[in-house]
Amino acid sequence: MFESLKGFGVTFGTMFKKVVTEEYPEVKKVTAPRFHGRHQLNRHPDGLEKCVGCELCAWACPADAIFVEGGDNTEEARFSPGERYGADYQINYLRCIGCGLCIEACPTRSLTMTNEYELADDNRQDLIFTKEDLLAPLLPGMEQPPHPMRLGDNEQDYYVNGPQLAKAAETKEAGA
Amino acid sequence: MTIAPDKSTELVVPEGHVKLVIDGVEVVAPKGELLIRTAERLGTVIPRFCDHPLLEPAGACRQCLVEVEMGGRPMPKPQASCTMTVADGMVVKTQLTSPVADKAQQGVMELLLINHPLDCPICDKGGECPLQNQAIAHGRSDSRFHEHKRTFPKPINISTQVLLDRERCVLCQRCTRFSAQIAGDPFIELLERGAQQQIGVAQEKPFQSYFSGNTIQICPVGALTSAAYRFRARPFDLVSTPSVCEHCSSGCAERTDWRRGKVQRKLAGDDPQVNEEWICDKGRFAFRYATSADRITRPLVRDADTGELRESSWTEALQVAAAGLAQARDKGGVGVLPGGRLTVEDAYAYSKFARIALRSNDIDFRARPHSAEELEFLSGTTVFTNPDNGVTFQGIEKAPAALLVAFEPEEEAPIVFLRLRKAARKGTTKVFHLGQYTTPAVEKTSGTLLACVPGAEANAINALPDHAADVVELLSKPGAVILVGERAAEIPGTFTAVARLAERTGAKVAWIPRRAGERGALAVGATPNLLPGGRHVANAAARAEVERAWGVEEGSLPAAPGRDTTGILEAVANGELAGLVVGGVDPYDLPDPVLAEKALENAAFVVSLEQRHSAVTARADVVLPVAPAVEKSGSFLNWEGRRREFGTTLEGTGALPDCRVLDTLAVEMDADLFTQTPAAAAADLARLGDGAPTGSSLNVAAPLQSPAGAGKAVLATWHRLLGNGSLQVDEPHLAGTARPVVAKVAEATAAQFGLATGGHVTVSTDRGAITLPVETDDLPEGVIWLPTNSGDVTVRATLGAGHGSVVSVSAGSTSGVKS
Ligand code: SF4
Ligand code: SF4
Ligand code: FES
Repeated sequence: MFESLKGFGVTFGTMFKKVVTEEYPEVKKVTAPRFHGRHQLNRHPDGLEKCVGCELCAWACPADAIFVEGGDNTEEARFSPGERYGADYQINYLRCIGCGLCIEACPTRSLTMTNEYELADDNRQDLIFTKEDLLAPLLPGMEQPPHPMRLGDNEQDYYVNGPQLAKAAETKEAGA
Repeated sequence: MTIAPDKSTELVVPEGHVKLVIDGVEVVAPKGELLIRTAERLGTVIPRFCDHPLLEPAGACRQCLVEVEMGGRPMPKPQASCTMTVADGMVVKTQLTSPVADKAQQGVMELLLINHPLDCPICDKGGECPLQNQAIAHGRSDSRFHEHKRTFPKPINISTQVLLDRERCVLCQRCTRFSAQIAGDPFIELLERGAQQQIGVAQEKPFQSYFSGNTIQICPVGALTSAAYRFRARPFDLVSTPSVCEHCSSGCAERTDWRRGKVQRKLAGDDPQVNEEWICDKGRFAFRYATSADRITRPLVRDADTGELRESSWTEALQVAAAGLAQARDKGGVGVLPGGRLTVEDAYAYSKFARIALRSNDIDFRARPHSAEELEFLSGTTVFTNPDNGVTFQGIEKAPAALLVAFEPEEEAPIVFLRLRKAARKGTTKVFHLGQYTTPAVEKTSGTLLACVPGAEANAINALPDHAADVVELLSKPGAVILVGERAAEIPGTFTAVARLAERTGAKVAWIPRRAGERGALAVGATPNLLPGGRHVANAAARAEVERAWGVEEGSLPAAPGRDTTGILEAVANGELAGLVVGGVDPYDLPDPVLAEKALENAAFVVSLEQRHSAVTARADVVLPVAPAVEKSGSFLNWEGRRREFGTTLEGTGALPDCRVLDTLAVEMDADLFTQTPAAAAADLARLGDGAPTGSSLNVAAPLQSPAGAGKAVLATWHRLLGNGSLQVDEPHLAGTARPVVAKVAEATAAQFGLATGGHVTVSTDRGAITLPVETDDLPEGVIWLPTNSGDVTVRATLGAGHGSVVSVSAGSTSGVKS
């Protein structure tokens, strides 16, 4: 008799404890700042792609999740500063284990990881993300490639003086 | 080769050898061996950049430093092991045992890296780069250099095919040494001094070489890269399959690197007996024909209502083809033109198909000018040669003399040219070119030109004992060789003269065709007079042997020799033959393209086995798609008669080899070929074995030369390595390295016809005219040379002419040039 009351006691007591249930998807969880989420291919301040198609990320990937094929920039169609750009870029999220080794390998900081974790789907095809899916959005001041180098004459300017050039461009824009 | 340091047993030093100690291990080495190689035999790899086993030592990069002690006294400084030869009593310490050597190597590496850009991510060599690898293995782990690196503007095109990044160069001079020593095209050189030292090309002359791709392959850094392969892949993406080049009769070993079902590049394989470590640019760069837009992937059948080709199923196409061929066979007969690019297995299937399914000997692989004399020579002599009894690449290298008859080695079989040059450079081989002018090949083989008017080659050979007794004398030495090219078929009497000269001097004769499949097609009897193995069709015993092996009824094989290519086309054109089975044949390569067109037009039924749309498929009733070399297995017989086997590079594309298609087609016609796969075909062929050598009775008189007449000249012409060949489509970078398309005449001839230097000339026959720039050279008077099939110049299609034809010549206006 007393025993059953004890049981209700536990239930009653729990009602006043902190709830652990996640209200996902109504309420989205905020991840740790360095959470390894979906990848992103970043851009230079003028919108040119940072990826040079070097395949080092693909090389580093222990799960063989990345496919890259390089291409030649031409005067008519320039996607990145310098000679080489990533013409074909795919990450297969069926394979990716989120280890982040690709990020470490990337020599231009083109590839980084966002905090986005909603990577589920009901078919395999849609889980192979292509360059269009992975490229960072165009921020103000950026222009959709292909276009000529706006921040300097050659790739050196982008890599060595990139931040200053970008700031100069920004102030000029703000002033105009 | 490692010798265990066993104290109890003394190493025996054979004659001509020396004993030395490397890293505390006693080793015996042949005199004159370079230290770096001796160490390599011991399993010690000394880092290196400039050293290459096939190039002369240079000691340019200093990466291979080791400590050396001679006669108990250490040498004051570390020595370059790639230039120092072994000596008795030497004590050598490599980086393994000597901190001094190790430190010296690290120092050299540090200096090399000072000016080397951090280009690895965008450099094609990354992942297979000797500099990357050795910097990690033998370099310091950090850099002490904080100043600015020397930079050059990014890559310069040293040809349309080869790009040079000067800042990546480590000045090892492999490329310049290759160009100067191996290829003989020294257009690439070291320029400037000190920190500005760099590789460059002469301004006015682009790096024009048929072998330029090799410099890319041997560059130990990414300084030289290929325009076609640039940024296409990384080594770890590529699957490498050993393969054999399908372009010429040399049969070079290659490595085909592919990714996602597409060939990305080809590299030279290492085969000391054939191509050593080199291949020509055509073999390296011409492979995209297999993926060109006009590739045929589905069978096509001509629709009875519309008259157009439409896609069909294999079943339907094979049924239509079988029915049509059976009907044509019974209405007069079917001729077979398999073309000269087939593998042995595929050619065998054609040969068997003609005999069993079509019951005819009307088959000829020669899709080019040909003669009965040539066939007699090939079927009596060449078909029985092999590397054991005939001329070989290595034989050429050892020959005291080589006479080249109607053969332009650099254009027709570039690896033969490299061997000739190697032999000539050693100074042991004298090379004689019986041709029309001092071509680059004559110069680069330090050769002697025996110039004659086109068509007079046979007379010239016959006159050798009188006019050039020294040549005959040299050819009489043991090991001398005579190399005959495909052009000999255009000159009556040449084979007869060559056979006589060989008999007189004892020199060995090799026939070196241009196309990869010709020697193999000859061996399997894709000719009107031969069955496989050199058995003559007219020989009853040989026929019976083949009948037994093939399991066909006794006496069922046709006994009368068939028609040759021209004979077949004539017979089809005038209705004697009703049908044609055509493999990879371009009608405009044939001696008379008009006749070929007429035959195709007139034929009641044409079956075409092709990879891509052509003039033949345009007329064919059924087109059956066949696999290009990378999508099938098989073997080529190279000109030596050496079997060059290769496996399938791209598996599972669904493309079928000719032998499989013919096998199925034969089944539809109630005949069994047993050539379902290349392996089955090879086994069936091997069961047959070779026939007994016969020998040829050649007796074609050399023609009398009559003067060409006013306003006329005699045409000299041959194919260039790079031109309009059907396997060179879709390769703009390669095409850019082709030699300029010009006509050549002697100065006196130019004056006679009023041709201005730098002007144009019009060459015409009753068929048509060609206008092109003209240059003067050392041709005989009254002779004009044209490339056979380059750019706008299509000698056979436009002029219907060939080597030795008489053509009209006049000064041409620039405006007359087709663009
Ligand atoms: S996070 Fe790891 S597993 Fe995923 S793509 Fe990058 S390297 Fe590969
Ligand atoms: S370009 Fe390459 S092969 Fe030529 S010297 Fe430089 S590093 Fe050597
Ligand atoms: S390898 Fe010996 S000096 Fe270059």
